[in-house]
Amino acid sequence: MTLLKIEHLEVFLGGQHILEDIQLILERGEIVTIVGPNGSGKTTLLKSIIGSLQPTRGHITKASGLSIGYVPQHLHLDATLPMTVSRFMRLPFQRSRLQIEKALNQAGVAGLGKQQMNELSGGQLQRILLARALLESPDLLILDEATQGLDQSGIAAFYRQLEAVRCELGCGVLMVSHELHVVMRTSDRVICLNRTICCEGTPERVSSSPAYLAMFGHHTHDTLALYQHHHSPSPMELPS
Amino acid sequence: MILDDFLIRAFLAGIGVALAAAPLGCFVVWRRMAYFGDATAHAAILGVALSLVLSTSIFAGVLVIALTMATLVSLLSNKGYAMDTLLGVMAHSALAFGLVAVSFVSGVRIDLMAYLFGDILAVGLNDLAIIWGGAILVLGLISWRWSNLLIATLNSDLAHACGIDPRREQLILTLSLAMVVAVALKVVGVLLIVALLIIPAAAARPFSRTPETMALLAAAIGAISTTGGLQAAYWLDTPTGPTIVSLAAILFAVASLVGHGRHCQSR
Repeated sequence: MTLLKIEHLEVFLGGQHILEDIQLILERGEIVTIVGPNGSGKTTLLKSIIGSLQPTRGHITKASGLSIGYVPQHLHLDATLPMTVSRFMRLPFQRSRLQIEKALNQAGVAGLGKQQMNELSGGQLQRILLARALLESPDLLILDEATQGLDQSGIAAFYRQLEAVRCELGCGVLMVSHELHVVMRTSDRVICLNRTICCEGTPERVSSSPAYLAMFGHHTHDTLALYQHHHSPSPMELPS
Repeated sequence: MILDDFLIRAFLAGIGVALAAAPLGCFVVWRRMAYFGDATAHAAILGVALSLVLSTSIFAGVLVIALTMATLVSLLSNKGYAMDTLLGVMAHSALAFGLVAVSFVSGVRIDLMAYLFGDILAVGLNDLAIIWGGAILVLGLISWRWSNLLIATLNSDLAHACGIDPRREQLILTLSLAMVVAVALKVVGVLLIVALLIIPAAAARPFSRTPETMALLAAAIGAISTTGGLQAAYWLDTPTGPTIVSLAAILFAVASLVGHGRHCQSR
């Protein structure tokens, strides 16, 4: 089932093209990751999809009744705003205590419901944001550099959680990430973005494409090879 | 009739304004828009002048100018000037134009002090109806949009993802703010309106764990400040508006000290 179809998307902001001629189709159940250097339009693309930014040209077609769970890059909480985790989970839609507990469980932060939001650690906050996105029982989960500020083990744990959630809900996942080696391991498809889509495909294909190598250099290639060697149950075709 | 007593009317007026100001004041604190309240309040003087020139009701003049100001600022934001610059230009030019306009009104001697500091003891039955009408309108609007306003305050992208337009919520908030400024003008005056918005909310913060408790506590603190301040002004023979704000400030100081003490103990 197609969740999302983007055709000829173009965003023109502040006198320059941020995105040009973006074509993208997202299917249910797949994890698609957008990689690209700073200022390549990754966040702009996500913002166009959730509707907080009006594209200059092009169409974004969403499956009818598509529910989107969105995990922002970071949530700045003003210290003057008191907010418990469970109250945050009930914004803006009313949820039962059971639903909230289930979502916190899914995101790996069970039992934090009574905590104040601004007393959480960075990793806890990101997981709470994930839990809140899961409450919508999303068809499509959108994450914008959701692991920023987490340490290595935190990142790995976060992605494991994400894969588990994907299996449980069967939702599509679209995310932006800088954690190249983890991305390559968890994604079904990688999109390399730099104003336009430079290349896309399976992680193996993208990581050996000239456009990707020009952008991120060859050393990431080695990390990938190492990873695949480690985790593939059967010998996998390595990019030549 | 009980409302014939000017003190009873003053009490009721104070409570009405405090109730409407409390939840709105919380948003002003959370969104750091204190200066926005100031700007709307300053512009109110222009509204007073206009209503004198056109001989309409003061409330109508102030409401129109405050609403215009609120809409203008909302529209002009993100157009190349920083918000505080924009507000600074608009607030003080509106105040200046207002003061100049007042000087042209010949034959009418107006007591400018009454608009700067308010005159709660002069609240009539008409004013009371306007204050409570406005307060109920604002409270209804805010409680209807409460969750949407909260999520839009937290993060505009999260709001968008839930299908909520944060700009619309911002507009609702600024329009309510204009309404509160217009109804509170008589009670505390232009210069002290923002104090009545912010101080109770700030005093409520240390004792709140959710946004809702903060709004309710702010309402209670605001009501205590207005009624207590009125009583104190009556005994001490001091100006009422400033006495109300002074009492609110004392409550804020006590709340901060107690809150800080509890914070240290829990460490």
